Amino acid sequence: MKKYLFVFLWCLTISSGLFAQFDDMQKVKGGVFTPLYGVDSLQVKIDAFLLDTYPVSNEAFLEFVVQNPKWRKSEVPKLFADGNYLKDWKGDVQLAEYLLPNAPVTNISWFAAKNYCESKGKRLPTVDEWEFAAMADQNSADARKMESYNQFILEWYETPNSFNKPIGSTFKNFYGIYDLHGLVWEWTSDFNSVLISGESRQDVDKDSKLFCGSAAVGASDLMNYAAFMRYAFRGSMKASYSVKNLGFRCAKDIDVN
Amino acid sequence: MMRTNRFKNIFIATLTVGIVATLYSCNQQKEEVIAKSAAEIVVNGEMEAELTSPPNVPKPVGKRPAKKLIVHMEVLEQVGEMTGGVEYVYWTFGGTVPGSFIRTRVGDEVEFHLENHPNNKLPHNIDLHAVTGPGGGASSSFVAPGHKAKFSFKVLNPGLYVYHCATAPVGMHIANGMYGLILVEPEGGLPKVDREYYVMQGDFYTKGANGERGLQPFDMQKAVDEDADYVVFNGSVSALTGNNALTAKVGETVRLYVGNGGPNLVSSFHVIGEIFDAVYVEGGSMVNENVQTTLIPAGGAAIVEFKVDVPGTLVLVDHSIFRAFNKGALGMLNVEGEENKQIYSGTIEEGIYLPEGGGIQSMPGDSKPMEVVAAKSREEKIKFGREIYMQTCFACHQGEGQGVPNAFPPLANSDYLNADVDRAIDIVLHGLSGEITVNGVKYNSVMTSQTLTDEEIANVLTYVYDSWGNNKSDVTPMMVTKRRSAH
Repeated sequence: MKKYLFVFLWCLTISSGLFAQFDDMQKVKGGVFTPLYGVDSLQVKIDAFLLDTYPVSNEAFLEFVVQNPKWRKSEVPKLFADGNYLKDWKGDVQLAEYLLPNAPVTNISWFAAKNYCESKGKRLPTVDEWEFAAMADQNSADARKMESYNQFILEWYETPNSFNKPIGSTFKNFYGIYDLHGLVWEWTSDFNSVLISGESRQDVDKDSKLFCGSAAVGASDLMNYAAFMRYAFRGSMKASYSVKNLGFRCAKDIDVN
Repeated sequence: MMRTNRFKNIFIATLTVGIVATLYSCNQQKEEVIAKSAAEIVVNGEMEAELTSPPNVPKPVGKRPAKKLIVHMEVLEQVGEMTGGVEYVYWTFGGTVPGSFIRTRVGDEVEFHLENHPNNKLPHNIDLHAVTGPGGGASSSFVAPGHKAKFSFKVLNPGLYVYHCATAPVGMHIANGMYGLILVEPEGGLPKVDREYYVMQGDFYTKGANGERGLQPFDMQKAVDEDADYVVFNGSVSALTGNNALTAKVGETVRLYVGNGGPNLVSSFHVIGEIFDAVYVEGGSMVNENVQTTLIPAGGAAIVEFKVDVPGTLVLVDHSIFRAFNKGALGMLNVEGEENKQIYSGTIEEGIYLPEGGGIQSMPGDSKPMEVVAAKSREEKIKFGREIYMQTCFACHQGEGQGVPNAFPPLANSDYLNADVDRAIDIVLHGLSGEITVNGVKYNSVMTSQTLTDEEIANVLTYVYDSWGNNKSDVTPMMVTKRRSAH
């Protein structure tokens, strides 16, 4: 009997611990949206999900690396992380001096990001989930048609070296999520499912998911330019790549119960 | 009769077809021979390509054999100066706009390494118009920040070619400065000249208007509307003026490799004070002679050559002339050496030209003042003065009295202006030419005399003295009348 009670209590502790971790996630109410371009037949349905309030910070990732030696710089197989992995860290478990502990972690591969999320009982968001959440500005769920919102994004894309600012230093969006735009790019689980060959003009002719859009870019569609840059960026990535302006955050399904 | 005619017609038709067919097959054969021979040139050894920043070009290929040529090109996103007080985030090939100049010869096998700096935020690639192959290399060179890509190509066609970034959104990558030139010399090289320079035009679109200070972001809407704020040579307003001017000596032959990155505007490239002895039209093999202005398409180039015969400053412009004087498409080539009065005399005599006799010359003040509402207060004087300024003075001295560097002196905070009111009145009355020094900078230009009434001159000068940190001198119509009668 005592033994059972112990197991029960143990379960309780674990699960409450897990819940504590989700405190820093926000619920994104699902919906239907058209990613990037305006063709109704290509609408995507998003189920409600949870998304981290902030990108994963340097100190959080450091803790992960301390606990999971196989993701240390010197241990990680080249297959899972290229030579830029945690490039400026001073050693396996020490940040570079110039890096703020509470700035988003960057120079991490897709494999590392995925494992980090899984270690927390989470996963990476999909491209569509990420794009859905990132349509929001401070006040509305879909601000893509607002000029000021697009100008903000475009200006950020043009500004080098914004990765070393504290998480939470940009705006809090409609869902209570920070920094989707303004600090770093973010990994998604299926980042390379939309293929951009790099020859963007050729892609226009392709019967691929993406490129009805590029032909449809009209004078007023500033929003497409911002999105194109994100898709182009993702298209240039491989899962082992680590990039100075690329971080991540985690997502989680909402339990049906 | 009919019959004969018909036969005749058939005969002529057959003959024509035959001739055309023969010509066609000859041409085709000729082209095949050229393409074949270029493709079949065997490379002999390898070397690292010399890359140069504008306005410099690498050493000519001369008689060297075709080689494997290794090119390392780094992509850098960085802040630079568009013009005094205005900054811009340039995206560059090799840290400059235009990007580094690449010089090859027909038959070279170029091994191209494109390196995207880790600090960069965006993926990039390169499309070289000198490449025979899909996308000009774009799909093979798509590279993420902190990574590099390698591809190779054999240069088959001699000429001067543009290269540029072709990553989505393409227009934006080009508008931010991602273009440059690659030269493919024929076997044995281009004829030797004394000076070679690299000049490339580009149009820029900033959120603020031309001259608005601070770090200016790219304005996509203006780019789509093709409404350029800056049209410049070599990436910035002053890239080829003042201390950055190109130089040559009298008697030398100058060759300019001129490109146009666009993204939108076509250049009417002209050098004020010269005639191009030779133009390699559109950068290809056709040479035109004795050309005043040559058209350079966006994404195209031309090679122009001219011998400089007399000393002085030659001015490079886009002869869509407002771009030159109001948006920055102006460069200079300073030529030093002996005068040659036979070729150019300079001004021999100055005089008054009265085409229809002195009679019709109406003295300012004769009739006009009656129609002009006299200003009742200093405020009103300034208001009227501003209107005159915007009509008469604005084009050269600009909206904030800042002038145009190296061409028109500033009126804002101007030591020259504030030193002497009478002199200022004289200049408006009679014009001014020759060298003057304003705020420590030398100007050597011409201002024409202005046909304004004494009242109008008083108003506009009072406005100018009241503006932009000048000393608030008050100029009365009486003062102007006095200066007018002094001459």
